[in-house]
Amino acid sequence: MSAPGTTTYREALREGLRAALAADDRTFLMGEDVGRYGGSFAVSLGLLEEFGPARVRDAPLSESAFVGAGIGAAIGGMRPIVEVMTVNFSLLALDQIMNNAATLLHMTNGQLNVPLVIRMTTGAGRQLAAQHSHSLEGWYAHIPGLRVVTPATTRDARWMLKAALEDPDPVLVFEHGALLTEPGPDPSDAGEVDLDRAAVRRAGRDVSIITYGGSLPKALAAAELLAAEGIDAEVVDLRTLRPLDTDAIVATVARTHHVVVVDEGWRSGGINAEIIARINDHAFFELDGPVQRVCTLEVPIPYAQHLEEAALPQVHDVVRASRIAVGAAGGSDG
Amino acid sequence: MGEFRMPSLGADMDRGTLLEWRVAPGDVVRRGDIVALVDTDKSEVEVEVFEDGTVAELLVEPGTEVPVGTPLARLDPTGPPSAAPPPAAPSHAPPAAAPAPAPAPETTATGPHAARTASPLVRHLAEVEGVDLAGLEPRDPSGLLHRDDIERAAATHRAPLASPPAEVEPPSGGRGPSASPYARRLAAEAGVDLAELRGTGPAGAVVARDVMPTAPPTAAVSDAPSARGGDKQASTRLAIARVMARSKREIPHFYLSSTIDLAAASRWLELENDRRPPEHRLLPASLLLRATALAAQQHPGINAWWIDDEVQLAGDVDLGVAISLRSGGVVTPSITDAAHRSLDDLMTSLRDLVQRARAGNVRSSELQGSITVTNLGDQGVDAVFGVINPPQVAIVGFGSIAERPVAHDGMLTVHPVLTCTLSADHRAVDGHLGSRFLRTLANLLQEPDALAADPDPGAGP
Amino acid sequence: MTTTPESVDIDLPIALDRLRAMVRVRRFEERCVELYSASAIRGFLHLAIGEEAVAAGVLAALEPDDAVVATYREHGHALLRGLSMRSIMSEMLGMQEGCCGGRGGSMHLFSAEHRFYGGNAIVGGGLPVATGLALADQMQARDRVTACFFGEGAMAEGEFHESMNLAALWELPVLFCCENNLYAMGTALDRSESQVDLALKASSYAMAAWVVDGMDVIAVEHAARAAAAQIRAGGGPVFLELRTYRFRAHSMYDPDRYRDKEEIERWRERDPIALLAAAIVAAGGPADPVGDLEAEVAAEIDDAVAFAEAGTPAPVDSLTRFVTSEVAR
Repeated sequence: MSAPGTTTYREALREGLRAALAADDRTFLMGEDVGRYGGSFAVSLGLLEEFGPARVRDAPLSESAFVGAGIGAAIGGMRPIVEVMTVNFSLLALDQIMNNAATLLHMTNGQLNVPLVIRMTTGAGRQLAAQHSHSLEGWYAHIPGLRVVTPATTRDARWMLKAALEDPDPVLVFEHGALLTEPGPDPSDAGEVDLDRAAVRRAGRDVSIITYGGSLPKALAAAELLAAEGIDAEVVDLRTLRPLDTDAIVATVARTHHVVVVDEGWRSGGINAEIIARINDHAFFELDGPVQRVCTLEVPIPYAQHLEEAALPQVHDVVRASRIAVGAAGGSDG
Repeated sequence: MGEFRMPSLGADMDRGTLLEWRVAPGDVVRRGDIVALVDTDKSEVEVEVFEDGTVAELLVEPGTEVPVGTPLARLDPTGPPSAAPPPAAPSHAPPAAAPAPAPAPETTATGPHAARTASPLVRHLAEVEGVDLAGLEPRDPSGLLHRDDIERAAATHRAPLASPPAEVEPPSGGRGPSASPYARRLAAEAGVDLAELRGTGPAGAVVARDVMPTAPPTAAVSDAPSARGGDKQASTRLAIARVMARSKREIPHFYLSSTIDLAAASRWLELENDRRPPEHRLLPASLLLRATALAAQQHPGINAWWIDDEVQLAGDVDLGVAISLRSGGVVTPSITDAAHRSLDDLMTSLRDLVQRARAGNVRSSELQGSITVTNLGDQGVDAVFGVINPPQVAIVGFGSIAERPVAHDGMLTVHPVLTCTLSADHRAVDGHLGSRFLRTLANLLQEPDALAADPDPGAGP
Repeated sequence: MTTTPESVDIDLPIALDRLRAMVRVRRFEERCVELYSASAIRGFLHLAIGEEAVAAGVLAALEPDDAVVATYREHGHALLRGLSMRSIMSEMLGMQEGCCGGRGGSMHLFSAEHRFYGGNAIVGGGLPVATGLALADQMQARDRVTACFFGEGAMAEGEFHESMNLAALWELPVLFCCENNLYAMGTALDRSESQVDLALKASSYAMAAWVVDGMDVIAVEHAARAAAAQIRAGGGPVFLELRTYRFRAHSMYDPDRYRDKEEIERWRERDPIALLAAAIVAAGGPADPVGDLEAEVAAEIDDAVAFAEAGTPAPVDSLTRFVTSEVAR
C-alpha cells in the first residue's frame, strides 16, 4: 500500500475499474485470469469478490473469441471492458479489433456503434524478451474507428477508463507494464479527464519533448538533467494517440521551435513518424532545426538486461537528442 | 433487337478475349444458356445470355480481345435470322485493333496512336504545362514524344510571359542558403535576405538566432496554450540571457581600457551647438560613434566576425548601438555603414534607432552589426566592459564624461575625460590590435574638426 | 450425438410461403448476375443459388427479437430477414438509399432495425460477435436467440473453435448454422478437414449438434425451430450442419475448375425450389407453384432495380461521417 495521499499506477487502475463496475450494471470485466487470479498484473485483485463471476468474468485463452464477444455484447447493449492481458496477445484478436470493432460503425453507415473498452498492458523494460515486450499502440493508432489512449499518470490511470466507457466507440487502453509500481498523487478526487487533449507535463522554452505512456517518466527525468545544463525542456504527454491532439503538438513547437519525439515503438512507420509528419503539415515554419527521434532500436527486444536497455529509449538518449535539437554541444552521435 | 455483350466477370476485368462461340446464327437461345467461352486474365469462363431469342449475327470473331461491354452478337427476339453476313467484319472491331488512318504528318499525334506516342509522364507534363501534344514534332525518329520535347515546347510557350518577379525566393536547394523553416519565416516577416545571413545551425544552416540575434522566443511557456504570445518582457530577457550566456560561454573575452581626454571634443561641441538650433544640436555620442566607426574602419581586424573558427572581416562598419528598452532589456541594432556617415547623419540615425528600438520596430537587417558600442555615460558609471555580441569580435564601452584632474603641458588642470574600454574576442583579436584600436579612437577624438568634416566615401584609412 | 430431425408432412400454406421466399432469393440473385455482367454491381459478388433452403428455413424459425449474423453470401438472409429488396439492391449499386448507404456492398448488408448483423466477410469473423450478442442477452436475461451462419470452411478457423468453446462453456443462446456446401472457395471439404463429420466435430464442445438436409427447406425449418426452442429453454448453444450445395461458382470470377459438371448436375436434381414445388404438387397444391410466383417476383425485382438505379450515389462529402459516433460529448 502507498503512503497517505499517494498511490500507485496499479492501484489507480484498480480504483478506476471498481468505480466503473459500481457505476453501471451494463459494465463487466472479461479476460484471461481477471477473476480468481486477480489479474495477471494484480490490477483486478479483489474485484471478483466484490462484483461476482458474471461481471468479473474469467475467459478461456481465446483472445479472438472474447474480444469478438465483447464487440457483440457492446452491440447487444452492454458496456464491456475486455482485458487482453498484454498487447502481445492482442495480435490473436487483431481480426476482431480491426475488421469488426473499427469498421462496423462506418460500414453500416452509422447503424452500429461499438461501445467497447479493451485494456492491455504494453511495453518492454522488464526482461520479458521478444514475444512479451511489444509496444504496438502506434500500430493500433493507425486504424480509423478506434480511439487509442495511453495513461501515464496515476490520474489518467484512475480516470481514463471512465471517459473511455462514456465513449460510444471502441477505445483501446494501453497500460505500460513498467508504470504499474510507479507512485503518484492519489487521484481519487482529481476528477474526470478529457481524452481529446494532450497535457504539458513540464513547461519549458528551449525544446519540446513529445512522448506518451511509459516514456513519460524518462522524458521528465531527461528534462531535469537538461535543466542543469541550461536547456529548458517542455514535456508533452500525448495521452491519446488516436485522435492525436495536433493543436497541442503545434502549440508546443511554436513555443520552443525544437522538437524531440520519444516513442518506445520502433522508428519505421511508428507513431513517432506520424507526430513528425503532423509537425511538417501544421508547424513546418515553426521548426528551427530537424526534429529528433528517440525510439526503440529496430530489433526484437532481447532478454538480457544490458541488451534490453540498449534497445530501449533511455534518459540519456533523450538528453542527447535534446541537445542536438537545440544545437547545443555534446549531442554528437544521436 | 437485343445485344449480347462482353460480360464483366470481376471487378478487375476490363477486357476479355472471345475464345469460342457455342452458338451460331439462327440458333435459338434461352436466358441462362451458355453461348460463348471467354478468356479473362485469370481463366476461361463460360458465359451466359440474359435474354431469350434467336442469334441474328455474331459480331466478333474468336480470338478477338474486346473491352467489357462490347457487343458480341445480335439477338433477334422474334424470328429466324435474315441472311446473316459473315461475322466479325473489321469495322466492328474495337478501336485499338483498327488500322490508323492514312496519316497526314500534323495529325499523327491526334490519331488513334496518340495515346502510344507519349508516356503517361509525358502526357501529364504536357497537361501541366498546357502543351498540346498534337502540335509537337518529336525529335525521336521513332515518333515517340519525350519529356524534353514538352519542356522545349513549354519554354517557348512561356517566353512571352513576364519574367518572374525579382523578389521571388529561390527554391530551396538552389543558390539560397540552407535555413530552418522557422528562420525562413522570421526572415520573410522581417524582410531579411537569407543570403546575407551567416548560419550557425547544423551544417551552417541559418537558424532563428541568426536571423534575429536577440529575437525573443515566441512566448513564455505554461500549461495553457493561451500563453502563446504572452509575456514579451520575460521572453526578451530570455533572449538576451541566451545570447549573453552563449557569448560568455564561447568567447574568450579580454579587456582593455583607456582614459580619453575630451577637452578638445567638448569645446568643439560647445561651439558647434551654440550656432545650431536646439533641435539640431549634437550629443557627445555622435563624436564617440564617429570616432569608433573610423577607428574600426582603420583596424579591420576589430570590425569582423568569428565564424566557423575563423575571422571574417566585415568590411563596412555596421555600428551596433546598445539601446536599453524601457521595459527592460537591451537591443543592439546597428547604424549601417557608419564610417561613411556625417555627425549629423549619425545623430539622426541614432535618434531614429532609439525611437524605433523602443517602439519595437527594429528591422532585422539592422540586427547584424559588425561591432557594437555600449554607452553607459548617462548612467554615471565610470567604465563599462561589455559582453561581445556574437559573432562580432569586439564591443566598445563608454563610461560617463567627467571632470578629472589631468596633467596638461606639465600643469595639473581639470579636463572632461571618459573611460573607453574594449572587450575583444581573443580568438580573433590580440591585445596589440586592441591597443592600437583604442589609441586610434582616442586620437580621433582629439581632432573634432576632422571628425566633423564630411566623410569621403572613397577615402581609405 | 447427432440426430437428424425427420422431414414432416407439409402444410400447404407454409410450404407455398417458403417456396415464395426461395424464389424471391433465387430470382434476385439471378438479376444480380446480370447486373454484375453489365458492370452495374462491382466488387465481389457471392451467390447462394442452390442454397436458398438454408436461409429460408432457419429465418422462418426465428423471432423478430432474435439476432442474425451471416456471411458474405447473405443476400437471401438479408431479404428473408425483412430488409427491403429496394434497400438491398440500392446497396449493391452503391447508392445512398442502400441499407448501408453504399458503404458495404454485396458482402456487408446490415440492418440494426432488423437485428441483422451482416454481412461479415472475414471467414469465421462473425462467430465471436454472435457469441457476444448472445452473452449480452444472457446477462440481461432476455429470451433471445442469435443465429450465426457460416460456411464449413470456417470450421478450420481458430475463431470457430474459440467461439464454440466459449458459447458452450457459458451456455450462451447461439444457434450455430453451418452452411456446408462442400467447398471452401475451391477447396473440397475432405481436402480441408481431418474430420469431415462436422456435427461430430461440433459435438466435441459438449453441444447439441444435428445434421440437416439443407436442400429441404421444411426439414431446415423444423430443425431450426427445435434448436431455437432448446436454446430458449436455457439448453445452451446448438449446432446445425446444413448440407447444401451452391450451383454457381464461388464468386463471379470463379472458373469452377475444382469440381466437375456431373457433380453440379447431380446436385441440381436436388434443387430446393424444385423439390419443394414437387412436394406442393404432390400434396395437391397448384400445378405450377413456381410459375405462379414469377410475375410477382419479377415485378418486385424490377421495382427494386428501378429504385436503385434512380438512387442517389452516396455523396463524397459524407465519406468521413461515422468513422466515430456523432454524439455530443
